Amino acid sequence: MTLGAMLFSLLLLEGSEVVTSTNIIAALYVFALAAFLGYQVISRVPPLLHTPLMSATNAISGISLVGSIVIAGGTGPHHSKVAMALGFIAVVCSTTNVVGGFVITDRMLRMFKRKK
Amino acid sequence: MNWQTYFIEFSYLLASILFILGLKGLSHPETAKRGMHMAEFGMLMAIIGTLMHFEIVSYTWIIVGLLAGGLLGSAMGVWVPMTAMPQRTALSHAFGAFAAALVGIAEYYSYTHGFKPLADLGHVKMGAMGFEIMLGSLTTTGSLIAFGKLQGIVPGKPLVYRGQNIFNMTLLAVTIGLFIYLIFVPTAVIPFYVMLGLAFVFGVLLVLPIGSADMPVVMSLLNSYAGLASAATGFVLGNNVLIIAGTLDGFSGFILSILMCRAMNRSITNVLFGAFGSAATAVVGEGAQGEMREVSIDDIAVQLAYANKVVFVPGYGLATAQAQHAVRELASVLENRGVTVKYGIHPVAGRMPGHMNVLLAEANVPYSQLYELEQINPEFPTTDVAMVIGANDVVNPDARDNPSSPIAGMPILEVDHAKSVVVLKRGQGKGFSGLENPLFFKPVTGMLYGDAKDTLTKLVSAVQHV
Repeated sequence: MTLGAMLFSLLLLEGSEVVTSTNIIAALYVFALAAFLGYQVISRVPPLLHTPLMSATNAISGISLVGSIVIAGGTGPHHSKVAMALGFIAVVCSTTNVVGGFVITDRMLRMFKRKK
Repeated sequence: MNWQTYFIEFSYLLASILFILGLKGLSHPETAKRGMHMAEFGMLMAIIGTLMHFEIVSYTWIIVGLLAGGLLGSAMGVWVPMTAMPQRTALSHAFGAFAAALVGIAEYYSYTHGFKPLADLGHVKMGAMGFEIMLGSLTTTGSLIAFGKLQGIVPGKPLVYRGQNIFNMTLLAVTIGLFIYLIFVPTAVIPFYVMLGLAFVFGVLLVLPIGSADMPVVMSLLNSYAGLASAATGFVLGNNVLIIAGTLDGFSGFILSILMCRAMNRSITNVLFGAFGSAATAVVGEGAQGEMREVSIDDIAVQLAYANKVVFVPGYGLATAQAQHAVRELASVLENRGVTVKYGIHPVAGRMPGHMNVLLAEANVPYSQLYELEQINPEFPTTDVAMVIGANDVVNPDARDNPSSPIAGMPILEVDHAKSVVVLKRGQGKGFSGLENPLFFKPVTGMLYGDAKDTLTKLVSAVQHV
């Protein structure tokens, strides 16, 4: 099944580390495969669920929270106060995005019932 | 690698799988809830994994930020009414995109102010970072304007002026020019901040000329941009889960924008640069002769009560009048009398994809009664009463019959094939796009003016007394 094969190849590429100019190619592979996989998965979502789909993908893309956390924590041997402050605001914004998005998606999905 | 690194990488891997499985669950309402719980668990794992990062110096601001965002997010999630879903989503796009932009700015600052070795800021990294910041900033302001329009703070009518497209294009060209320059000269600090500022301005100018009726496309596009900004963050930080999640979001938004455009028979460029709803006044008058026939509540109540099949066609007016519960009540009363009730949903009805489905689901309408355009159109000839509630363009027969109409070729719900059509409308004025709708002048059509919720409530008691 194509979906399974894509997922598998995507997972093989997982775990490759920091993107430098040399392994940017690996990152591009991940991007391209995720794009195909996304296309496969999302084109199967019925119009009935398009609003939950948008709020769910929006919540999921709030994963940039992971990047914000690392910056807000002043990671690394040297770290700047300015970057930490920006990171803090980013943590607030993306947490709002993630929590708000998931809470409301759940709320919406609970409303969809087949019969009264 | 030490154990923390393995743990972090494993949590990201798990999150990626769970995100994909979660979205796969959305292919059916029965599996959707479970899918979302998987995605939520994945997100939790990714956050816990990140907190294990051995280089983190201080947890204070991380925890304060998580708590503040968690509170703000849950408050938004719990209290926002379903009718305000488009606004909430727009605001959420703004938050997500702003976070992505901030991460990029913080990284750039760290490199150019000696906190990270400048030698590591290569051309490729600068390219990804520039892309992230550009998309992140324009999506932030663009989404805020979309929010303002949906909330009624910013006028919903398109704001247009002479030379607008040329001005916007020039601005975009300058921004992209600076971006390309930065790829070659990553240390050019001033061009960097100019690019940042211009991207913020461009977001505003991009959405201002777009009319409210085109919001489903704009929402989908901003959804896509916010996702791509996250994916670009993944490229900058070398983090695969960010790339995967961002790309899924980016493509989801992209697919939705294409679906929305197809449902209006327009191209994305036309939506973005066409300023629909302002210039459209040129074609008024044609085909819109005759009188609109106003009908009484009691007449319609009798018609409904003795009908075999009734189809409700909701539009944005249903949301503004908060009439979803009233429709449901009317439907229940009719069903108790043995009438078959269905709902016909146009893909671009409302202000975001799927808007009407969510509203009706909130009012306890079972989703088995919600029909898509292609499913419901063949049913109209056997429908006794088609009731249009606050919808206009999506039922405008001009789209099908009049090749010179600005909406020619747009697929419509063919309510005019029903034996009788009732249109619930606030007043006699034109719809949002400013187009005349010949449906209102057809002999089969009866008009019920007034607030939709009010009219529907009166209809409920009238039907009960038939």
